[in-house]
This record gives sequence, structure tokens and C-alpha cells, in this order.
Amino acid sequence: MNKTYLNDFHQRNNGHLVDFAGWEMPINYGSQINEHNTVRADVGIFDVSHMAVFDFYGSNQVEFLKYLIPNDVTKILHTKRALYSPLLNEEGGILDDLIVYHLGNENFRIISNCGTREQNYACFQKVASEFDVQIDFKSDASIIALQGPNSMKNLSSLYDIKLEKFHLYQDEEVMIARTGYTGELGVEIISDANKGLEIWNYFISKGIQPIGLAARDTLRLEAGFNLYGSDMTVENNPYDSNLEWTVDQSEQDRDYIGKKALKHLQDTKNRLVGFYTDARGVLRSGTKVSFEGGEGVITSGTWSPTFKKNIGFCRVTKNFPKIGKSILRDKEINLHFCETNFLKYLK
Amino acid sequence: MAEVPSNLKFLESHEWARLEEDGTVTVGISDHAQELLGDIVFVELPDIGKEVTQSGDTAIVESVKAASDVYSPLSGEITEINEALIDNPEIINTSPYESGWFFKIKPQDISEMDKLLDAQAYESSSES
Repeated sequence: MNKTYLNDFHQRNNGHLVDFAGWEMPINYGSQINEHNTVRADVGIFDVSHMAVFDFYGSNQVEFLKYLIPNDVTKILHTKRALYSPLLNEEGGILDDLIVYHLGNENFRIISNCGTREQNYACFQKVASEFDVQIDFKSDASIIALQGPNSMKNLSSLYDIKLEKFHLYQDEEVMIARTGYTGELGVEIISDANKGLEIWNYFISKGIQPIGLAARDTLRLEAGFNLYGSDMTVENNPYDSNLEWTVDQSEQDRDYIGKKALKHLQDTKNRLVGFYTDARGVLRSGTKVSFEGGEGVITSGTWSPTFKKNIGFCRVTKNFPKIGKSILRDKEINLHFCETNFLKYLK
Repeated sequence: MAEVPSNLKFLESHEWARLEEDGTVTVGISDHAQELLGDIVFVELPDIGKEVTQSGDTAIVESVKAASDVYSPLSGEITEINEALIDNPEIINTSPYESGWFFKIKPQDISEMDKLLDAQAYESSSES
């Protein structure tokens, strides 16, 4: 199994290691609920080095990226910052979601999911060859996420920088971006493994709690972020995954992978919506829901440590009302539909 | 992991049974089971007076990660349930062998205890 450079740390610190898409990763270090609450109230640190880092070289990267993804990379050319986008196939199906970072001078980096790394590498290589762009698929990258209301305060003792949301700082050793997957203030710090270990050990020595992937999942769900493989797959398009905002149509002349197919998919009747219920139990992914005039299926479901109830996302037909039903352990229960961003909606 | 108490008997599916002085049997899940489940957020307990059978599903324990059936180690009648678990199911995580017990049974046939694993046998079965 693949291991990140922090595997020893996880083992020594009570990390419950599981197989995560072929990587041995910590699911928690004891209690995932305590870890979740620590990130919401204070600050926590995540090893997400299993994700894939691609650096690009060559003078034609802008044109390459304009064709590669539906979101328009020219939005971030004027400054060093990050742009979220799905990666599509020609049919408009979602192959993955990723973040493009403009490192300045029209040089770019992409970070994408772990389980799709080989697929993405093959896709990038194929497109890059048409644009004379070279790819460096980093094998020793460190990605550390520092997240929580006290994250910037803790970062400042190491890097005294101010960053707007999605903006990034870079020096010879690190790239620090105001991005994350928790809905909290925070950064993601990308470097090589040696520098990563130094940074990780520094934050641990300051008493910052390491957070496992289980809490990462409940944090992202509460914040309304899709998880690739659950809330969207290659069977879904950006419109039925609430990602129409990433499909940039402003430059009519720009062609990109999936553009033609998306024209016919705009009228999709499906939508991702949040749900919550006070029923005693957790409705999990794959469970059917019904409501007056339609039905749907749960794509993610969990117990929310912040709101202390069952929350999740489901894919429903667009005419959904406020209330729905589902079956939990042979009992009919009521659901409330709401926005996917529970942090905003249920606060 | 905490040591498995030697006065308990086990099902391979991680339930423990303890014979009390009054002849009832207290049932819970093992430390190993709570660790596998992670943070527990719900339990569903049987009604008092319910007749249960050995290895029959009797309660449900649900963590953030997954829901799981709890099987009764013995046949008999439910005489008491641990109502504290309904509002504070995390007690199972912190005290699986004491405060985190699930229910008590008046056993129908105490010799069913002999079919259960002793602590040592359970420990080696849960390690594999």
C-alpha cells in the first residue's frame, strides 16, 4: 500500500490506519467527533499528501488549461490564486474535481483527488501533448491542511502572511493557499516531504491536534462541499451536481472538453440538495428518498457533530418541496430539505 | 487497547455477557468492537420483557461510520435496559465493560453460557 511521509507519525500517535484508495491513511487518532469539534472551535492539522500534485511547464499553459477544464483559467491570470473546477470527459461527465493554482508568470499547478490520480495523469498527458506543455507529477509532495478559526494565528508564527480567500503565497520551499475542505478559515501548505515534515513537526510541537480523514468528511459535508465518488461521479454532469458556476460560458470562442455535450445537459431535472432529520439514526449513501412529485437518492449522509443530527446530500428532481420521506430500519421517517451548506443554513 | 476482563464470556460478534450474583446476565459490546465502530451516536435497545434468543439480533448500535446489530449472547427475557445510553451513547466508547452495558437478561438456560468464548479465546479470535 502507498504511504505518505507522515505514516510513521500516524502509527506512533494512535492513528487508525485504513486503506483509502490504495493509500494507508489515518481515519482518526481516537475520536473523530472530538477532532471535528477541534477544527470548528480552534485549529487542527491534516495530512492530505495522498492527493495528487501536478506541476506544468512550457509557454502554452494558459491555452492548455483553457481547453482542459470548463472553468476559465483566465479569471486568475492577474494574480497568484486558486480556481476550482471539475474535469470533464467529452460527454460532460465529471472525471474528477480539482484546484488549479496560478503560481505567477502563467505557470500552474493542479491538485486533484487521490483515487483518480492515474486517470488524471493520463488525461493531462494526452491534452498536454497537443499544447506542448510538460507535466511534473510530483511523487514526494507534502500537502498539509491547517484549518480552523485559529489557523492563521498559528500560521503567523511560521509564516507571517496575510492571504485573501483563494489567494496564495509562494517562496522557494512552500506554496501556501487560502483553501480547504472544512468550511473554516485555513490554508493548505504544499512543499516537498522534507520541508513538510519540518512544518508538520512544528505545528505538532505547538500542540495542534492532528485530524483524520473521518472528521475531514463530516467537516466538508457540513460545509456543503461535494465529495468526488459519492456526490458526483462520471455518471453526473456539473448541472446535476450544483457546479454550474464552474462552467464558464463567457468566452464564446473558447472550446473545452465536454463543452458540446454540456449544451444539451443544461436542462437536467436533477439537483443536489441538503437534508436533515431528527430521526434517531443515520441515513447513508444509496438510501432512497421520496416526496410529493418526485424521488431521489442520498449521495452522502452522516451524523453531524456540530448540529447533532443526521444530515446529508441527496440528488433529487428539481421540483422538490420542503419535506420528504425515507425509510430507516423499516420505519418511515421525515426529512427536511435545505441548502447543502449546513453551516449557513442550520446555524 | 484495554485488557479483556477475564470474568466475561463473548460471542465472536463482539458481545460480552457477565453472570451477576442475582442470576441475571448483563450484556454489552467489547472494547475492540467500540474501537472498530468509532464514535457511537445512537443505540436502539429492546423493550423490557422481550424474549430474545441466543445469537438473535436484539439491539442496534450506530456510530458516525456505520450501524451494526447487537446479538444476544443468551436466550431469555430482557429485564433491564441501560437508558443512559439513549442520550449519552458515547459512554459505550469510554466504558464498554462497565457503564456502557446495553441490557440485562433473565436467562432461559444458563448452560448456554458454555457455548460462549472465554476472554482468552475471544481475544485471539478478535485479533485474527
